[in-house]
Amino acid sequence: MSLSAQDFAYMAPTTIDETITALGEAASTGARCQVLAGGTDLLVQLRSADPDPRTILDIKAVPETNRVGISDKGVFIGSAVSAATITHHEGLKAILPGLVESVYLIGSTQIQGRATLVGNLCNASPAGDTIPALIANQASCDIRGSNGARSLPVEEFVVGVQSNALEAGEFVVGVRMPHPGARTADAYLRFIPRTEMDIAVAGAGVSITLDEAGVCTAARVAIGAVAPTALVVPAAADALIGSRLEEASVAAAGRACTAASRPISDKRGTADYRRKVVAVLCERAIAAAAKRAAG
Amino acid sequence: MAKTHVSTRINGQDAEFLCSPEQSLLEVLRDTLQLTGTKEGCSTGDCGACSVLVDGTLVCSCLMFAAEAEGHEVTTIEGIASGSDLHPLQQKFLDHAALQCGVCTPGFIVASKALLDEDPDPSEESIRYWLAGNLCRCTGYDKVVRAVQDAAAELRS
Repeated sequence: MSLSAQDFAYMAPTTIDETITALGEAASTGARCQVLAGGTDLLVQLRSADPDPRTILDIKAVPETNRVGISDKGVFIGSAVSAATITHHEGLKAILPGLVESVYLIGSTQIQGRATLVGNLCNASPAGDTIPALIANQASCDIRGSNGARSLPVEEFVVGVQSNALEAGEFVVGVRMPHPGARTADAYLRFIPRTEMDIAVAGAGVSITLDEAGVCTAARVAIGAVAPTALVVPAAADALIGSRLEEASVAAAGRACTAASRPISDKRGTADYRRKVVAVLCERAIAAAAKRAAG
Repeated sequence: MAKTHVSTRINGQDAEFLCSPEQSLLEVLRDTLQLTGTKEGCSTGDCGACSVLVDGTLVCSCLMFAAEAEGHEVTTIEGIASGSDLHPLQQKFLDHAALQCGVCTPGFIVASKALLDEDPDPSEESIRYWLAGNLCRCTGYDKVVRAVQDAAAELRS
């Protein structure tokens, strides 16, 4: 036990204000307070590398964190919404199939029963599957804290390996993204050497908008597991916009992903391999998204 | 250290317990409530031996604080049979010899129950994907898959 003799405690506030108050009190006293959503990362870390006592602040009793909202203005997914809820949500599957695919790739059925999309984002693993898919969909984080509310694009929220932009006393209420609308669709693909239960060697999330004539009028490409954080690749999107997604444009987008990658070599793959495979994933994700966008 | 009081329902009955804030649901099930059918394997959410249902959703009880069970309904392997009548999944695991040491079996049965509740006629592929989070280090998976298929057929008939 630490010198401050902090004990473990568990709190489950029922409003955003109560949550902010609890976080603010901890921040002002220097006590450790950690937000709990699904817990599938938190409990593993608590039992291994990070066993120190702290207050566990369970946000699942806050109604706003459990909300899934879809309107013309946009889509909101609360920070306590589980992967299982998302993969069973017909409304989300219909308009954001690529984001739902990325959620479906998190862990096992059991993990998906607890793990949340926003938890996967806050954990900020370089290989987190949902992060490129969120970036492709222009998602931003709704952050609340004692200093008020702020919004941060996902690509700015993740600042390093397992590091996010939350300040002491802040938490994420949910993520928000534009409604994709007609003729816009997303896709996410990752590569793993197994068929299940593995961590991405590389991943690519894309969103494609096609006009009636099949010309790409907007695109966003994001890649994962090939740098300390997921990366937006504007050069890949630029290669697609204005094209009919013919082979040369798609290949150029793939090359842009390779060029943007700054991967490491580890037991899952070498840096050279990751640079190569991220291009293939990008090209295939473009094809999948374009097929969906064309209806 | 202050204990947390938790009111919940376990296997269809109201249940109350006291727990420490950092205790997992698995620890409370096994050590406080003596429901030792749920097994501890890895305690990191990789093996699925501790699978239980919470409000009908399949979860690893090692990756939940016991305090999180407040107000929720938990189903463990002890709640699968009806009295002394085995659930078809339990009977088919026996018939197909879909177990060897048996430590993974409660988790497989609870996970398979969750699958059949959602999809009464799953393909072999969906059974294998659904059960990817349940590890067996003795006997392998083919007999498990056949037992689940056979139980599904019986439940449909």
